[in-house]
Amino acid sequence: MRVDDPETVSAAPDGRPAEAQPRWRRDFPVDGPADEFRSRREFTGLLLLTSLAFAAGQLWIVGLRAFKGAHGSSPVLDVAGVDELPPGGMKVFEYPTKADPCVLVRLADGSFVAYDRRCTHLSCPVIPRPAAGRLDCPCHNGHFDLATGAPLAGPPRRPLPRVTLEIRRGRIVATGLSVEGGRRAEAS
Amino acid sequence: MPVPESHEFFIDPRRCIGCNACVQACTECDTHKGHAMIQLDYVDRGASPQTVPVVCMHCDSPTCAEVCPADAIKRTGDGVVQTARKPRCIGCNNCVLACPFGVPKMSTGMNLMMKCDMCYDRTSIGKKPMCASVCPSQALFFGTREEMARLRPASRVLNVFRFGNQTITTRVNMLVPGQAFVESLDVLSALHEPAAGNDAAENVLLDGMEAPHAG
Repeated sequence: MRVDDPETVSAAPDGRPAEAQPRWRRDFPVDGPADEFRSRREFTGLLLLTSLAFAAGQLWIVGLRAFKGAHGSSPVLDVAGVDELPPGGMKVFEYPTKADPCVLVRLADGSFVAYDRRCTHLSCPVIPRPAAGRLDCPCHNGHFDLATGAPLAGPPRRPLPRVTLEIRRGRIVATGLSVEGGRRAEAS
Repeated sequence: MPVPESHEFFIDPRRCIGCNACVQACTECDTHKGHAMIQLDYVDRGASPQTVPVVCMHCDSPTCAEVCPADAIKRTGDGVVQTARKPRCIGCNNCVLACPFGVPKMSTGMNLMMKCDMCYDRTSIGKKPMCASVCPSQALFFGTREEMARLRPASRVLNVFRFGNQTITTRVNMLVPGQAFVESLDVLSALHEPAAGNDAAENVLLDGMEAPHAG
């Protein structure tokens, strides 16, 4: 008698066929091949591997960021004219590549700030609220300080990457991206 | 590698000489070092020195596994019922109480049910179980049915047991006299039979008690 087939139900004491047996007999089979057994050691191994994968992922992200920061000068992008935006006005642009959405906002005091639009929590686009002095992420109710990009409330823990701005001959020019935040470009 | 289909385990109680060699050999099995998973029972100790080795019968419907609330007792693909799985066994003793052959043993130190696994580490690579390899009288035998028929022409092989209405066939075979035309061994009815020597022993006792009155 061989029961290598996992579908085989062992002979029950009442001698009836497998189809006539109650459900629990299939759930708790006597035969080893039909049993889905995971030992504690296997489970611990799974946990360990998962942890290692997470750790490797984190290291990868850190390395990627360091690599990006070390190589290449940031492109220069003409974003808008200084007079184009009234205080409280905003303009959406892409920087440093076409795949990176950013937003330029003119604050009430006339200065300009620009941030990466992707929330640092789960990359939802943030919405500037110049009147409230905040950037809001609608997905999970995250809030950032409009002046500095620092997270104020909600799930995000890291500040929004800030676009470094310069005023060149009456034009707002993006010159770089700073993860820690940059200088404010004063329109004077 | 599984236990070869053709190789079976045979017990011939009539050949057992009570030497305990199997018990000693069993303690040396790698899967349960130091613990004997075979036992030597006296059939009727008061009347006869006859002993019978008791190993796991490896039932096709193992009662021990059926009653296990922790789903710990499993049978391998080739029909060998194994010791309870350590991470699952809760040491409840259900299997010990339920087994009609009285085989499983509770190891209280390890809180684990242990039982004969037909020396799976050996038989699965083609060797004989420890007990069968040392038995001087071949009361325990591991081999093919053809070998058995050749060696014991006067005996018949039987592996069907009846417990009331339940019939259990086992992977381990018993040898019965060739002229005994039974299809199965009815274990329960044997329990109700008075033992062979009891009457004689009672008579001796009664005689002894009546003697002073008579005198």
